[in-house]
Amino acid sequence: MLPGLAVAQESAPKIDTGDTAWVLISSALVLFMTPGLAFFYGGMVRKKNILGTLMHSFIAMGILSIVWAVIGFSLAFGTGNGIIGDFSLVGLAGVGADPGPNAATIPYALFMVFQGMFFIITPALFSGAIAERVKFSAYLLILVLWALIVYAPLCHMVWAPEGWLFKDGALDFAGGTVVHVSAATAAAVLVFMLGKRKEFAKGEAILPHNLPLSVLGTGILWFGWFGFNAGSALGANGVAVNAFVTTNLGAAGAAMGWTFYEWFHRGKPTTLGFISGAVAGLVVITPACGFVTPMGAIAMGLIGGVVCYNAVQLRAKLKIDDSLDVLGVHGVGGALGALLTGVFATTAVNSAGKDGLLYGGGMEPVLKQIVAVGFTIVMVTVLTFVIAKVVDLLVGLRVDEEAEQEGLDLSQHDEVGYNF
Amino acid sequence: MKKIEAIIKPHKLDDVKDKLREIGVQGMTVTEVKGFGRQKGHTEIYRGAEYVVEFLPKTKLEIIVDDGMADKVIEAIRAAANTGKVGDGKIFVSTIESVLRIRTGETGSDAL
Repeated sequence: MLPGLAVAQESAPKIDTGDTAWVLISSALVLFMTPGLAFFYGGMVRKKNILGTLMHSFIAMGILSIVWAVIGFSLAFGTGNGIIGDFSLVGLAGVGADPGPNAATIPYALFMVFQGMFFIITPALFSGAIAERVKFSAYLLILVLWALIVYAPLCHMVWAPEGWLFKDGALDFAGGTVVHVSAATAAAVLVFMLGKRKEFAKGEAILPHNLPLSVLGTGILWFGWFGFNAGSALGANGVAVNAFVTTNLGAAGAAMGWTFYEWFHRGKPTTLGFISGAVAGLVVITPACGFVTPMGAIAMGLIGGVVCYNAVQLRAKLKIDDSLDVLGVHGVGGALGALLTGVFATTAVNSAGKDGLLYGGGMEPVLKQIVAVGFTIVMVTVLTFVIAKVVDLLVGLRVDEEAEQEGLDLSQHDEVGYNF
Repeated sequence: MKKIEAIIKPHKLDDVKDKLREIGVQGMTVTEVKGFGRQKGHTEIYRGAEYVVEFLPKTKLEIIVDDGMADKVIEAIRAAANTGKVGDGKIFVSTIESVLRIRTGETGSDAL
């Protein structure tokens, strides 16, 4: 989200049709990632929870689109102070066809809608951790409260020019910290507060009911991620192309890293391993995509694939019921990506970035990344805990035993996913 | 009349059906089931964690015949469903009290 601001501007900012066309397409690509996420998660849960799981993502598209337009955007990108925006943009007042302060060559409304797609998908990410047992009403409340109280301020701090993390110099090109570390931290808190699924606690096997859906979801995520990462250049330019290339290589590197490692470690390469690796790679490259070289991206991907594989093993060993491995993939992947950005970044790729550890920048960039990640984890942990506690008191977080047995589809929605 | 229930390996169904036709069996009912006896399950890996899946897919056949046919049917199934490996299945025989054809109301052997 930085490069547009680094470009020297003429007296009056002008709309660039190429930039606008690309960011329009990117916005659509990022939105498509939410259905991708829905199917990625959906395939991994049991048949009786498929609709409930899909709903966790799709409902976000509905309600958060509206919340963002009405007030979210203002809280995230209104001028405000170092921590939060303000109410000056409520109802999208003044957000129209002319460029805004965050991107010089595209309409303000386009910047708004592009950012809105991130607002939608970020909270939907943590639904994976609490799959198969969260009450729908509780989930909906947490979704909206979290998006406004946690995401909007964090987004402001990292991506708005007034934000203190932005000023502090943290590098997050497309949302490694704002999106992935934050969602994973929230997931960790919620996993703790909701407790284990019954069968998980007993050590019984809980198997994916439709892995082909998860594979399809991964394809959609990989495709949409080009919008997530390359679109964050906010322009059709060299940095966007670099982000596109590094995104693909980060995904490929991690997918192959995970697959080969699993093949060596367990004896067979698995489909679920490949797609988990691909997603991990996409997460890892997210903060770095506009700052690192393609070869750097391959290295980051390979490291990410192996590290996240082991994180997932550890989670299983510790018997943490993070149902769909949000912590191992988005949490560890996001934090790793943020740190490695401080290592592999180079101003040769993006003059608005920095030179990382490998390019003579010393430890300072890495340390700045650690500060950003650390702050995010603390802030999100505290706020998520408070939100979840409040929602628990209002409606209760978890479905009762019978409903869990019956499945979310029937108990929460009076529906059955498959009738054949 | 006897009911012959056979649990067999799914890929043997066509062989069994053909053999039964040869000896004059007119009809049967087939269900997809899961089960195990002495055959071990298989291991599946999800996200690096191994699971032993004990229940294996099997096919169940149900055939009703006159008492005189029972032995021929049992032998036909046994021969056609046999692979020589663990998990080939079992055949159970029980006695049927009565049979009725719904379309015509015929009963007994006429209904078979």
